[in-house]
Amino acid sequence: MKKKNIPLSILKYFFLIVLSFLSIFPFFWMIVSATNNAREVNVGKLTFGPHLAENLGNLFHSDLSFGISLGNSAMIAAVTTVLALLLSSVAGYGFEIFHSKARDRVFNILLLSMMMPFCALMIPLYRMFSMAGRAGLRGIGLNTMFSVIAPYICTAFLIFFFRQNTKSFPKDILEAARMDGLNEPGVFIHMYMPVMRPTYAAGAIITFMTSWNNYLWPLVALQEPQKRTVPLILSAMGSSYTPNYGMIMAGIVIATLPTGFLFFVMQKQFVAGIIGSVK
Amino acid sequence: MDGNRTTAAGQSSKKLTHHTLEKKMNRWGWGFVALGIVLISIFVFFPMVGALVMSFQTGKGINMHFGGLANYRRLFHDQTVGKALGNTFIYLIIQVPIMLVLALIISVLLNDKSLKGRTFFRVAIFMPCITSLVSYSLIMKSIFSNDGLFNQMLVHLGLSPIMWTTDAFWAKVLIILSITWRWTGYNMIFYLSGMQNIEPSIYEAAEIDGANFMQKLNYMTIPLLKPIILFTTITSTIGTLQLFDEVQNITQGGPANGTITISQYIYNLCFKYTPNFGYASAVAFIVVVLIMLLSMVQMKLGGKENQ
Repeated sequence: MKKKNIPLSILKYFFLIVLSFLSIFPFFWMIVSATNNAREVNVGKLTFGPHLAENLGNLFHSDLSFGISLGNSAMIAAVTTVLALLLSSVAGYGFEIFHSKARDRVFNILLLSMMMPFCALMIPLYRMFSMAGRAGLRGIGLNTMFSVIAPYICTAFLIFFFRQNTKSFPKDILEAARMDGLNEPGVFIHMYMPVMRPTYAAGAIITFMTSWNNYLWPLVALQEPQKRTVPLILSAMGSSYTPNYGMIMAGIVIATLPTGFLFFVMQKQFVAGIIGSVK
Repeated sequence: MDGNRTTAAGQSSKKLTHHTLEKKMNRWGWGFVALGIVLISIFVFFPMVGALVMSFQTGKGINMHFGGLANYRRLFHDQTVGKALGNTFIYLIIQVPIMLVLALIISVLLNDKSLKGRTFFRVAIFMPCITSLVSYSLIMKSIFSNDGLFNQMLVHLGLSPIMWTTDAFWAKVLIILSITWRWTGYNMIFYLSGMQNIEPSIYEAAEIDGANFMQKLNYMTIPLLKPIILFTTITSTIGTLQLFDEVQNITQGGPANGTITISQYIYNLCFKYTPNFGYASAVAFIVVVLIMLLSMVQMKLGGKENQ
């Protein structure tokens, strides 16, 4: 029945191969450049060179303290992920399992928060944290881990994500657990959380990645050099008058390793985390 | 009689326990969602009100007082606001359609089960999504620097180099190319997952009726994907209106504000120049209003064609 149109099919493969090449090439460029010195990157050298160790040395010994920023970023991303998953899953579970008209209305209002542009929120947030710091609450003022993490520990996006995924959760087992005398937090911890492990994994990947890559809010909230995260350091290196691209690319390779690892090892959950909320 | 009475009593006590159970469950329901509501209120709704109040205040730094509509009046004379709005609309009108159409075409091609190397193509085209916005911006900046890789290639081909970051037109092209590189695969994933939910049998039925590729695309795939296309359009629009990381790291808004975005101008007003939080908030409310307007328009359009 089906007619094979050969020129069209060649065109199709050609198109996809070109797009794949364009998609992958910058990764190749970043890895190659990490092994070349600044001058060679500037003139577009496309072969591997011997300068990787030198670039890494420059990266970690520069006065922008890349090493410290790696620790800061890892800590911030880890704490954000754990708290955000816990708080958002509790809320998503609550909205779905105990749904009522009043709570559905509140839920719809919460969804509106996803449309609020961050550029409008960042000014009042900046003032809030700076006031808290000046009021003597040192631990929660600007330049603290708390100030970077707090706005992201419970987002409408994640609550929505958990609620959507809870819709397919077998509710009978909750009833059975209640009959067995488990109280509501117990039901959540012992019945819901283990069953929802794949959802937690997908949510963890997307939250970790968002936090690890976040730029604007850390840029505003963290102004002490020793507190800065990886994207802030890379951006500072890139905005110098003569950027040392060999060193910067080495830094970008390191910054991309965790998300690249998550993608290749947990591709299914990675994609599920991205599309999870539009089923 | 006796039997009847016990049943009645039993029924009313059952009703009572059912009622208290419902009440108890309702309380648990609020218990589970309370912390989420409080946190989102503190970190989104409360600041939103704060920004609105601030947009009516004038003054430098923290010494602010009520200034009426002064900030909003200033918006109309501010040439940078005009530039930022203009640039943002150019990104919006050119980049978003190119990216979404490209993502749709790729998805249609990759959804064909007889295609060889589907997994490879899908993974390759999705890969840009693993990079951080700062990282990929710097990668692009290095490839397209004035004597960088891309211009070297042009020179080798006997063409004249393009001043990507110092020419306002090409700088915008570079921003558009970069965003398209980073986000096309991301949108593709949504379309592919949507296409997987379409029953193959309806395509088979259409093929038996003699529908060709374009007809299947126009009358089946696109209408069935409409909710997802609407979703990606709205998220891309919201994302573009808030564009910051790329422009900040590739061109820093230059040359001469040739690529500056609204978010970037707000950032500059607060943290680069003498802080003017009141005026910056007024500028931010342009974005709020635009997001609401454009989302409503898109939902109206998407909804109407659905019927």
